Amino acid sequence: MIQALAAQGTQMFLVLLLAPLLTGYVRRLKARLQRRRGPSVLQPYRDLLRLLRKEVVLPETSSWLFRAAPYAIFSTTWVAAALVPTFATELLFSWSGDLIAIIALLGTARFMQALAALDVGTSFGGIGSSREVMIASLAEPALTMLVFTIALIAGTTQLSEMAAALLSPTLGLRVSLALALIGFVIVAIAENARIPVDNPATHLELTMVHEAMVLEYSGRYLALIEFAAALKLLMYASLIACIFCPWGIATAGSGLAKYGIGMAAWAVKILAAGTALAVFETVIAKMRVFRVPDFLGIALMLGLLGTLLLFVSRSL
Amino acid sequence: MTALVVVACIAALLLLALAAALGARASRATPLVYGSTAVICLVAFSAALLGDDGALMLPVGLPWLGAHVRVDRLAAVFLALIDLGGAGASLYAIGYGRHEHAPHRVLPFFPAFIAGMNLVVIADDAYTFLFAWELMSLASWALVMADHRSPDSRRAGIVYLIMATFSALTLLLALGLLAATHGSYAFADMRAGELPPWRAGLVLTLALIGAGSKAGLMPLHAWLPLAHPAAPSHVSALMSGVMTKVAIYAFIRIVFDLLGPANSTWWWAVPVLTTGGTAAVLGVLHALMEHDLKRLLAYSTIENVGIVFIGLGLALAFRANAMPGAAALALTAALFHAFNHMLFKSVLFFGAGSVLVATGERNIERLGGLIRVMPVSAGCVLTACMAASALPPLNGFASEWLTFQTILVSPALPQWGLRLLVPTVGTLLALAAALAAACFVRAYGIAWLGRPRSACVDGAHEADRFSLAAMAGFAALCVLAGLFPGVVIDALSPAVQMVVGGRLQPQLGLPWLSIVPIADRSSSYNALAIFVFVFCATGMGWAALHRLGSKAVRSARLWDCGYPDLGPVTEYTAASYSQPIRRVFGPLVFRSSESVVMPPPGDMSPARISKRMHDLAWEALYQPVCDAVLALAVFFDRFQFLTIRRYLSFVFLALVGLLLALTLWQ
Repeated sequence: MIQALAAQGTQMFLVLLLAPLLTGYVRRLKARLQRRRGPSVLQPYRDLLRLLRKEVVLPETSSWLFRAAPYAIFSTTWVAAALVPTFATELLFSWSGDLIAIIALLGTARFMQALAALDVGTSFGGIGSSREVMIASLAEPALTMLVFTIALIAGTTQLSEMAAALLSPTLGLRVSLALALIGFVIVAIAENARIPVDNPATHLELTMVHEAMVLEYSGRYLALIEFAAALKLLMYASLIACIFCPWGIATAGSGLAKYGIGMAAWAVKILAAGTALAVFETVIAKMRVFRVPDFLGIALMLGLLGTLLLFVSRSL
Repeated sequence: MTALVVVACIAALLLLALAAALGARASRATPLVYGSTAVICLVAFSAALLGDDGALMLPVGLPWLGAHVRVDRLAAVFLALIDLGGAGASLYAIGYGRHEHAPHRVLPFFPAFIAGMNLVVIADDAYTFLFAWELMSLASWALVMADHRSPDSRRAGIVYLIMATFSALTLLLALGLLAATHGSYAFADMRAGELPPWRAGLVLTLALIGAGSKAGLMPLHAWLPLAHPAAPSHVSALMSGVMTKVAIYAFIRIVFDLLGPANSTWWWAVPVLTTGGTAAVLGVLHALMEHDLKRLLAYSTIENVGIVFIGLGLALAFRANAMPGAAALALTAALFHAFNHMLFKSVLFFGAGSVLVATGERNIERLGGLIRVMPVSAGCVLTACMAASALPPLNGFASEWLTFQTILVSPALPQWGLRLLVPTVGTLLALAAALAAACFVRAYGIAWLGRPRSACVDGAHEADRFSLAAMAGFAALCVLAGLFPGVVIDALSPAVQMVVGGRLQPQLGLPWLSIVPIADRSSSYNALAIFVFVFCATGMGWAALHRLGSKAVRSARLWDCGYPDLGPVTEYTAASYSQPIRRVFGPLVFRSSESVVMPPPGDMSPARISKRMHDLAWEALYQPVCDAVLALAVFFDRFQFLTIRRYLSFVFLALVGLLLALTLWQ
């Protein structure tokens, strides 16, 4: 029991510790690809500490919701990230939410963020919030369709079981799974406000989505929100790793050696995901906001196509 | 025993209505009537919750038939829902009713309305059922017309009356088809026999049209966004939260119970699923375009009714394929969502009523910043908004999660058509859920957050304590039903067992109070654990920040990216908030178009943007009927003012025509 609890606790704090590192790695690699020297990979930690020590400047027009929202955003994102298997599956609390619940938990964080952006009553908060909910309203059905495809293959929406099902030798190679992977990556890019949907480094008024929402935040509240964004990126990377390449992942109670292998495998997968993201962001240009529906439409179509292919291949 | 108590409660409500009609102008009438209604509702609620099955035969109604009433498990579930909603609305109205301009137009009809809804649910023969149905419709019509001086209310009243008549007519035909086959009005006899397939299909279609138009399924919804907002807010809550559920009850009773499993075929699920999915998405898209707070909520009701009908359609599909376990899951999800919708929609309408009292304004473009003057209401409404947006750990998510789980079982269905349709409907459901979140961020963010957009917010004040008690009570129930969904699922399972012959495994015995709809392996959800985790994570975050970080807080003017503060005029409006979504979905759903007129360079006059949107359902379905009726009226108008000579010649011609027809006939 204590060992199980320790494993679950390790996962919770591991994602918390490593989330800024992934963000730092992606930034560093992007800078190198653009032939800049770039900040150290530890820079996000320094940024968070610096923000933590600064005083909070609260807009006069803000209400209690503005101050409560960062905590809600941070904690829901953290819990979502902690429920995705990283180095081991079937951890102590893995039953408390399946994939649908985890995605919905991120929806709660987004809901609070979009509300907080409207709370101060600025035009930029509004623009970010309204674009964010538009993107979310397109990403969510696509994601559901993709979850449906994967659940059809695995016969479950429980992430641990999904990983086990995809590891089983009877599965074979599936076209649907490849389609779902592409769709999943598209949705992950949109949800994490990365290029080409949104630019995490921009402060150009007309292109901001995520940044526009957090414009009025400062000090420790901004630190919480930035931390949540880093956690979300790590969560999506772990999610894709857990579903689509679960190799090396340990099962709970399988011993420290297996856990070690699981952690190493996870680190490799996350690094690969970060590298792919940095390369992708470097070679592609940001698209106009109203091209995003087409982009996310691809994900939706891939999900539908994956499901249909499954039906066809099953009936043959 | 329960049946007797409920009948006594209905009689008490009708007597109360009579007393209210006589003494509505008395000084203490408002709290007395609403207080007694609340007490009677609570009695009926506890009877439904604790009681047993039973039937009664009352010596009223048609002399050779009498009035059959019966409380079974399905009726008990809906009795509990109606009376809980009724009690909440009555409690709210004790405070809210004081602001009523003409209480004598509301007080007598309010108890009668609740009595009618109760009677629908316990009716056990077609005559009593339709009588109760009409009592419910007419009482609510009178409540819609409470503010009869406003032209909006009058228009709502006439549209509602026509649509209510239409819905009653189709239900009459549906029950008539059943009664004609078995030769009896009593439900017990209808249940017994088998029908020819075409006739069973016709009954299904008629029930879907009749119950669906009362529940607000697209495209028969046109009356709903007019009538629900026109009534006083506590009545709006009842109509949206409770009356639509009575319509859902009627659908379940006729299609699941009276038609029985012997008659059902798999294609029945197709119309139910498609209308449900369409209603869910179109309802919420309309809500997103709406500026009137109460109309917005009414459109959101259409969305939720659509979600319930998706569950019912899935239950039909599984039942027809003899999969009672999956059918039970689908029906549980539908009933659970109906219950949840009653809870959160009531809070939302109560909140809208409090805003109306505080500011006199329903247009969200003129509100803003209410969270500072009405903090308690703001908290309750926020909870309800989150529940309506299907966010964990609240109740709306629990029921939508169950619906998704049902959709994931659908590959087991043997029919190709259903296997392809159900995932598509699942996408529509996900789209509706995401758009609902957008809709409620917009509604709450524009009306309650931000800076006040007009002077009407200045004099606003917190709602009275009765209204607050009702809102806080229902918001707390939203949270509880979300954290302990197993309790509700177990409470629903006898009714589900009765209707589809299967049930979910008992959820309360499971470790950690998780809900496991199918099997441990396939899915589980534990709202309580997630809530505890989120709570702990928040606590840890807070503690860490306050230990490590700076505690300094400074209040300052808005930064807004360095732009000088231009005042509340520059805030995002509701129209601009929904513009991206209008641009994505508008061309398809509303045939919307935007045009921008720019002044020539150097001209200082403002640029103007104008949008055009069409209500396609109204234009395609209702407008032609209206036009035809009007054209006919104009045509027959010619015959109204003729000379006596002309009338006599018409009579003569008619006589000749009839005689001729008679001769030819023979």
